[in-house]
Amino acid sequence: MENFLQQLINGVTLGSIYGLIAIGYTMVFGIIGMVNFAHGDVFMLSAFIALIIFLALTQLLGLTSLGLVFLIVLMGAMVLTALWNWAIERVAYRPLRGSFRLAPLISAIGMSIFLANFVQVVQGPRNKPVPPMFTDVIHVTSGGAFDVTLSYKQILIVSVTGVLLLVFWYLVQKTALGRAQRACEQDRTMAALLGVDVDRTISLTFIIGAALAAVAGSLYMMYYGVVNFSDGFTPGVKAFTAAVLGGIGSLPGAVIGGLLIGLIETFWAAYFSSDYKDVAAFSILIVTLIFMPSGLLGRPEVEKV
Amino acid sequence: MSPALPITRALREAGLAGLVAAGLAFPILVLGTEMNQSNRLVLEQRWSWMAIAAGLVFVGRFLVLMFARTPKRAAPQIGGLVLSPVLSRIGVIALFLFPLVMLFWLGPQGSLKWINNYGVQILIYVMLGWGLNIVVGLAGLLDLGYVAFYAVGAYTYALLSTHFGLSFWICLPLAGLMAASWGAMLGFPVLRLRGDYLAIVTLAFGEIVSAVLTNWTDFSNGKAGIMSIPRITFFGLPFTASENGFAATFGLEFQAIHRTMFLFYLILALALITHVVTLRLRALPVGRAWEALREDEIACRSLGINTVNTKLTAFALGAMFAGFAGSFFAVRQGFVNPDSFTFMESATILAIVVLGGMGSQMGVALAAVVMVGGTELLRELTFLKEVFGSSFDPSLYRMLLFGLAMVVMMIWRPRGLISSREPSVFLAQKKNVSGTHVQEGHG
Amino acid sequence: MTARALSAPLLSIEHLTMRFGGLTAVNDVSFNVGRGDITALIGPNGAGKTTLFNCITGFYKPAQGRLALAREGVAHAQDVEALTRSGRRHSDGLYLLERMPDFEIARDAHVARTFQNIRLFSGMTVLENLIVAQHNNLMRASGLSLLGLIGWPRFRDAENAAIEKACFWLDKIGITNRADDPAGALPYGAQRRLEIARAMCTDPVLLCLDEPAAGLNPRESAELNDLLLSIRTEQGTSILLIEHDMSVVMKISDHVVVLDYGKLIADGTPEEIRNDPRVIAAYLGVEDTEEAAQVLA
Repeated sequence: MENFLQQLINGVTLGSIYGLIAIGYTMVFGIIGMVNFAHGDVFMLSAFIALIIFLALTQLLGLTSLGLVFLIVLMGAMVLTALWNWAIERVAYRPLRGSFRLAPLISAIGMSIFLANFVQVVQGPRNKPVPPMFTDVIHVTSGGAFDVTLSYKQILIVSVTGVLLLVFWYLVQKTALGRAQRACEQDRTMAALLGVDVDRTISLTFIIGAALAAVAGSLYMMYYGVVNFSDGFTPGVKAFTAAVLGGIGSLPGAVIGGLLIGLIETFWAAYFSSDYKDVAAFSILIVTLIFMPSGLLGRPEVEKV
Repeated sequence: MSPALPITRALREAGLAGLVAAGLAFPILVLGTEMNQSNRLVLEQRWSWMAIAAGLVFVGRFLVLMFARTPKRAAPQIGGLVLSPVLSRIGVIALFLFPLVMLFWLGPQGSLKWINNYGVQILIYVMLGWGLNIVVGLAGLLDLGYVAFYAVGAYTYALLSTHFGLSFWICLPLAGLMAASWGAMLGFPVLRLRGDYLAIVTLAFGEIVSAVLTNWTDFSNGKAGIMSIPRITFFGLPFTASENGFAATFGLEFQAIHRTMFLFYLILALALITHVVTLRLRALPVGRAWEALREDEIACRSLGINTVNTKLTAFALGAMFAGFAGSFFAVRQGFVNPDSFTFMESATILAIVVLGGMGSQMGVALAAVVMVGGTELLRELTFLKEVFGSSFDPSLYRMLLFGLAMVVMMIWRPRGLISSREPSVFLAQKKNVSGTHVQEGHG
Repeated sequence: MTARALSAPLLSIEHLTMRFGGLTAVNDVSFNVGRGDITALIGPNGAGKTTLFNCITGFYKPAQGRLALAREGVAHAQDVEALTRSGRRHSDGLYLLERMPDFEIARDAHVARTFQNIRLFSGMTVLENLIVAQHNNLMRASGLSLLGLIGWPRFRDAENAAIEKACFWLDKIGITNRADDPAGALPYGAQRRLEIARAMCTDPVLLCLDEPAAGLNPRESAELNDLLLSIRTEQGTSILLIEHDMSVVMKISDHVVVLDYGKLIADGTPEEIRNDPRVIAAYLGVEDTEEAAQVLA
């Protein structure tokens, strides 16, 4: 019982991080129909940026208030990662928009390789340990086999995810940007003819996706305590799985998918085998795409004959 | 195509680009994380790097704006190289002569590296590229997990030879058969998937194979891999210095180069078989069905073509050639482990096919030479150590430049080096079809 | 009435219904496609004509109904009933199309079709398009391509025969001089004709054409009429076509069927249809036939 509860807490936490990354995938795929292969590495990049800002604030500037520091880290990471993703879109994807579908895919894969190796070259290949922060825990239960703990970190992650989801759901549903985005998703040419600035809308989509990935990266850095340049690929694929599971193009679907993947991975590792936990995620991806290609909340695509 | 801009505008845009680069450089480039003596993470400040990065981007963007002809959007690519048949024939002859030329020029020791690291390595990727070309280039099915079949071929030979002592020549067709079966098995459930979804599923499949090879240690010996795989023989004669060895039998002095040259000609033969089979199949109903599938699947079905079978044959055949290549890889290396079969390999092979220009055999070969040869050449740039200091390791930058090269190549030539298609049958005159008409396939 | 019309229908459509979620696109439609006839399917946009086509050619699976296709001299009503009860898809020249997938309908029942938005293999040459259409014959002759791989002579003969048939059709539609050009480079009218020729290369008993005259000028429409009439006469193929262009419909059809909002509202000769008040009302958008009569009076 204790184990179940603990794994539940862990799984929801992990799932929140996946969900934040998944939103980036789903938004980009929804608007330009492209799987942004580099998104996972953008997430990894943001984790590094967050770490560096944290170190800069604590070591170079000597700030001690952890809450303030982390807030600045979050803001800084969001801004800088958004800049990176904006630049990547302008350089690697925009020139290829509207052409051959494979070209942007190869370009994205190239970007992914570039980003991972760039970080490896400029920051070194070794694991980077993160200074501890927010180490307090709450004991949820006691007297069983072990105490089920809910750490402040976990509360932070889940609450930040929840708040951001609400903010962005509002953004997409109620604001002009959201409308423009949904219009571009449905019919880009028509949206352009009606006066929507498609380039700007797409750029903003990449920026928002990156900002959310940056939040995920900062939280990830804080939660796991270690970052490495190769941390982009596997979480990226799993987050994409989450986006597909939830229904590609659906924002709440991405988060629900993320939670599901996080829970499945955590429970699988706890009760079956930790070695094959990645296989579990990939298998879910395959099964979902074969039997339920539109995912849980997505709209099925019908091809006109 | 945007005409050459006035200098002031170019300067301004370049300046903006430099500014963005400076922003991007902070902090990831500027502040490096290092471990200090007490094993804590500290920051090292490298502000000069930011200036260098901004400067490079400024200059680069300025030059591109002034002199390059990059259109704002991907214009339909009408050009592209046209390789005449004569050129390809010359190419094949050149390949046959390559080891002999190298041997003559650099001697048995010096030419070893060139024949092995360049010749054999490039040819493996040419063969893999041609194999994947069947799936992606001809049939238009996006496969991102091709490395799985390569692994199946390699491990088939590794296991059969180490456990049952079967010779390479028996294992080669078996490896192809195994890989082809896996290709069909993978193809079957994913047939209904379109485009990007098919890509993701094949990617996931490749990752699962990799994970299983890493973790199912009883079967594959896990991360350590399988060692001491029997080496290639000259149809039974081992390449050793012993009495019954290849050298002794033919009255030659034993040299390591013999095996290397044999390996070269072996992979050349395998690659050429792949090529010839593909060309012949293109002119047969099954190959035409592949290309028709790529052009318009619904039209295919309306003509009575069973597209399920068409897709399965494409997958199986492509997988078979990867299986052959895999067993060759195993016999050449002498050991296999999961590290050789990562997503990077699949991505590389796919990049070769896309850069080549989908469906074009010559294009794929050219792309393989450029990409694999190029990255191997980077290892040669040791002279740069003198420029940047002895701690500079060019091989670190290899993958970095590789990724960058992929992006640049796609922007420069989105439809590949050779963007025209050769028809498989003609009435009066064989006219190449321009790439603007050829579809990319939706899987 | 012609002698042709007296023989048993080629395709009998009975109580065909197709639903998409809550929308009933085809609602209990029944009519016959006569053997050797040119049958036109007309109606306002959105009436369900292409959906009906897609049901017949197997791209959609109908919710209800029976589509019985009978080859020449085959099948009486009791054979159809027997096959329906047996649960099988086809037997001895009798096919229940609603049970068959799209490529089987094309391959076994020999029903060919063209599409509203032309679907040529644009990156392949005109000749290649016509050769691909003869895929199944060539597969058989080449032993599933395996024998062809080693240069089997029977395959070479079959391929030459296929090229000859392709030339016949190229000549018939007048684009022999463009045989080696990419299909995507052809002008629009030629592309439409090529799609028809490609369908004919499968030797169909029923040719389904989805708006073959769309986008054609009057001269090209007249040429299309000649082409379709000669297909009916020389190849003996029955034709079912969706069309909006009345100059085509009225001039060449033997039999016209009218759909509106998924329902069949008229079924008869061109003259009968032209004067049917319900048809006129449907096209004018008038709901009440009495009102239509008043409008026309």
